[in-house]
Amino acid sequence: MEHSKGKVVGVSGNMVTVEMDGDVLMNEVGYVLVEDRRLKSEVIRIRGSQAELQVFEMTRGIGIGDPVDFTGELLAVELGPGLLCQIYDGLQNPLPELAEEYGFFLQRGVYLDRLPNKEWDFTPAVKAGDTVTRADTLGTVPEGIFKHRIMVPFNLYEAYKVKSIAKAGTYGLRDRIAELEDSKGNTIPLSMVFDWPVKRAIDAYAERLRPSKPMVTKIRIIDTFFPVSMGGTYCIPGPFGAGKTVLQQVTSRNAEVDIVIIAACGERAGEVVETLREFPELIDPRTGKSLMERTVIICNTSSMPVAAREASVYTAVTIAEYYRQMSLNVLLLADSTSRWAQAMREMSGRLEEIPGEEAFPAYLESVIAAFYERAGIVRLKDGSVGSVTIGGTVSPAGGNFEEPVTQATLKVVGAFHGLSRERSEARKYPAIHPLESWSKYVGTYDQEKTEHARKLLFRGNEIAQMMKVVGEEGTSLEDYITYLKSDFLDSVYLQQDSFDPVDAAVSKERQSYVLDFLFKILFAKLDLPNKDEARSFFYQMRQKALDWNGTDQSSDTFQTIENEITGMLSEKQTGIEEEAQVLFQSSQGQNNA
Amino acid sequence: MRKIYSKIEAIAGNVIIVSATGVRYGELALVNSGHGNSLAEVIRLNADKVSLQVFTGARGVSTGDEVRFLGHPMRVSFSDNLLGRIFDGSGRPRDNGPELTENLIEIGGPSVNPARRIIPRNMIHTGIPMIDLFNSLVESQKLPIFSISGEPYNQLLARIAMQAEVDMIILGGCGLKYDDYLFFKDTLEEGGALSRTIFFVHTASDPIVECLLVPDISLAVAEKFALKGKRVLVLLTDMTNFADALKEISITMEQVPSNRGYPGDLYSQLAARYEKAVDFEGAGSITTLAVTTMPGDDVTHPVPDNTGYITEGQFYLRNGRIEPFGSLSRLKQLVNRNTRDDHRPLMDGMIKLYAAYLESMEKKSMGFRMSDWDQKLLKYGVIFEKEMMDLSVNIPIEEALDRGWQILEECFSPEETGLRSDLINRFWPQKQEVH
Repeated sequence: MEHSKGKVVGVSGNMVTVEMDGDVLMNEVGYVLVEDRRLKSEVIRIRGSQAELQVFEMTRGIGIGDPVDFTGELLAVELGPGLLCQIYDGLQNPLPELAEEYGFFLQRGVYLDRLPNKEWDFTPAVKAGDTVTRADTLGTVPEGIFKHRIMVPFNLYEAYKVKSIAKAGTYGLRDRIAELEDSKGNTIPLSMVFDWPVKRAIDAYAERLRPSKPMVTKIRIIDTFFPVSMGGTYCIPGPFGAGKTVLQQVTSRNAEVDIVIIAACGERAGEVVETLREFPELIDPRTGKSLMERTVIICNTSSMPVAAREASVYTAVTIAEYYRQMSLNVLLLADSTSRWAQAMREMSGRLEEIPGEEAFPAYLESVIAAFYERAGIVRLKDGSVGSVTIGGTVSPAGGNFEEPVTQATLKVVGAFHGLSRERSEARKYPAIHPLESWSKYVGTYDQEKTEHARKLLFRGNEIAQMMKVVGEEGTSLEDYITYLKSDFLDSVYLQQDSFDPVDAAVSKERQSYVLDFLFKILFAKLDLPNKDEARSFFYQMRQKALDWNGTDQSSDTFQTIENEITGMLSEKQTGIEEEAQVLFQSSQGQNNA
Repeated sequence: MRKIYSKIEAIAGNVIIVSATGVRYGELALVNSGHGNSLAEVIRLNADKVSLQVFTGARGVSTGDEVRFLGHPMRVSFSDNLLGRIFDGSGRPRDNGPELTENLIEIGGPSVNPARRIIPRNMIHTGIPMIDLFNSLVESQKLPIFSISGEPYNQLLARIAMQAEVDMIILGGCGLKYDDYLFFKDTLEEGGALSRTIFFVHTASDPIVECLLVPDISLAVAEKFALKGKRVLVLLTDMTNFADALKEISITMEQVPSNRGYPGDLYSQLAARYEKAVDFEGAGSITTLAVTTMPGDDVTHPVPDNTGYITEGQFYLRNGRIEPFGSLSRLKQLVNRNTRDDHRPLMDGMIKLYAAYLESMEKKSMGFRMSDWDQKLLKYGVIFEKEMMDLSVNIPIEEALDRGWQILEECFSPEETGLRSDLINRFWPQKQEVH
């Protein structure tokens, strides 16, 4: 089929207006030809015989009358084996290969093969004569530690008969490995790769399930207090400098999932570089392989063209959904969704649409909701389960959570990890606010106990507020001790040193062990005659507990410190607080069972 | 031969519109008016209507003036002859020296491929403890200095320009007061640093469009020097003026404003400049320090707010000191592990104690009784401010660390500091000298 052609009749920023000679699709991809370069663009509005295109590249040098080729295709990603370990820009252009060919700087209008043309060991899973439908597995190839399923492309909606299938052996990525026949007798040749439009969710599964199993991040405050489930969504809003990106990096390293997709969307390049350079060296303790083997990085940093930034989160989520179809648990970390929203705002401004709140387009909320709804845990057609979990950071203007992007995000996510400047300035990391954050998911640690710990934090905060008014001398000793206990819990459990080799990642077993132990201190009745002694007691305890956090659980030192703390406690302890009695009984009961 | 157009159809603000063909987006033109020539840049094409932004402003431009398109985008000359020279925002000499025309390079070039970036690894020593010890500056870092008007931010920049261990300095002035421009010139001249410095200065009285060009032109030159192996420090002051120039122009262009009149792409515009900071593997590097004044001391104002999200931390300048709270060098973790083992814990410990001091101060000002612990903190705070925070302190990092331990020893017992026992055993000063 012949596709339409056009000519540029206007340029403004990264938007060009094109007079076209035939039909075009909304969101169709077109190429603007300038100085023998082809600049990828997307149709974002059509008016009569003119289409407005957002150009994914710098528009400098485009002139009136430059030709435009339309493709008849929507913006799509190429799916197939070889996606893992890749570093892409927002349009799935492999950045290391670009660097190899063009050096330090990004060249516009250059589009390389999106998947490496490697050979793969193919093992068929069907035979000629079988009937297959979309997303059925035709065969598998080993991709790193995973069995990569070669599936019937998701855009084939009928039932097909397998006409031929390749024998087990080594094939090139784009070699023909199967032929299907549709009901009309047409033959459809298939290779290991196919395209899927990024803005459509992949829906080739049997049913969506409710997220119920926790995704362990090895960050204490998250796993214990504000957990996230496999297939759930969460957001991390926070002012700049509050540690959003460090939190995302730590999660991408330690989270107990199969695959991590990092979408660096409109953020600093430097941060991506840390991931790029460190991941290949880091060993994933679960697999013994390099962390890079479970990672895909989509990187459209702040100085790269803004239209491609908008595309990058969709590219990322589509790749995540693709791996979910292989019964894997995928975590997508998007940093930051505010930059993505701003990209939409910029385009909306260029289109001269009527602005909504803070000049964001009126469709902001529905677009954000649709994006987060692409997360989920699903039962596939073969009965196995796969999930996509989405964690997005939000960078609210002025650190004010009332702004439109934060509010639109909070409506649709299942957990809220709000970072506070107050905590980050006091160097209390991770700066997730323990009183304001929430989660609708079930965590790894006993619910009832978590509730008690949270109550203690709330009470401690109340007392701290009161003390600001009435002073230390106006506070009763009992309240003061409660305050110290809550401060102690905060210092040694909620705060975590992500640069310490041991403290950076704490397994859920150790979390439970440590918290059970800390409960003995937190709910102990203590014989402390005055405030000075109480403070000094808790400061010593804190010191010990911090040392304890930095020691390997299997080491002797760990046991030694534990004994020391127990010794210090028993010197002062006179009993257990009444309300907490229940907790210790129930935990006793659990241990026995 | 390029055509000359002599019919300007519309003039609004600094933007003129002419009917022309064969013009490309981003191209330069020369506007020949009664007041002399000015460059202009194509900022919008709509059929045969070409909108141009006139660098020296459209005031005095006549509808009958000549417009000649040059067929290339904005360029600047690049060579070692730039060193020690002073230029304006369009690259014309300001110092009565000769105009440079050889080896022209384009400004506002493409962004660096993230895959070719490397993890920053070198600290830039400045001799200022609040930077070196508490928030180390790292090669290829971009950091703003958040300040309110009236703070000595230009003095701080000038001190950094003289003391920083780099190969060369590029100073970009956006909307600089003429006095401040002379201050920089004189200070660097006296300090003997002028010969390693290039100035691109737009003063407050110059046409506003040239203000927009200063960061681009400074960074384009810096980039070329960095590619030739130089470690370049780019100092920009003041980026709020740059953002205000953006605002002025986008409103004249009738763009929909987003926050407080600033254009919706403010973030991308700022990021495009800041992201030029880079460490080229096998060549040099660009490090950027940029003053951003906060209107009304409000960090949530769109300019400091957007800047904060782009840069790798920030310095707050308040009461003539680099404030320890809020000030943060996000890259310091990459270099402060290589200085001395006590660097990181001491840095965190001292700040936590200083935070506690401020709480005690607050209690004191409300008239509460001061406990023993409060008294200790009060003593600590005063010494800390005098020996560490004062901007006139100029000592190398090792000395600053030693001084840190001495201050702690003077005020606290070891377990009160919250530092790990193994460090205390190694570094706690033995009682032979009292400071």
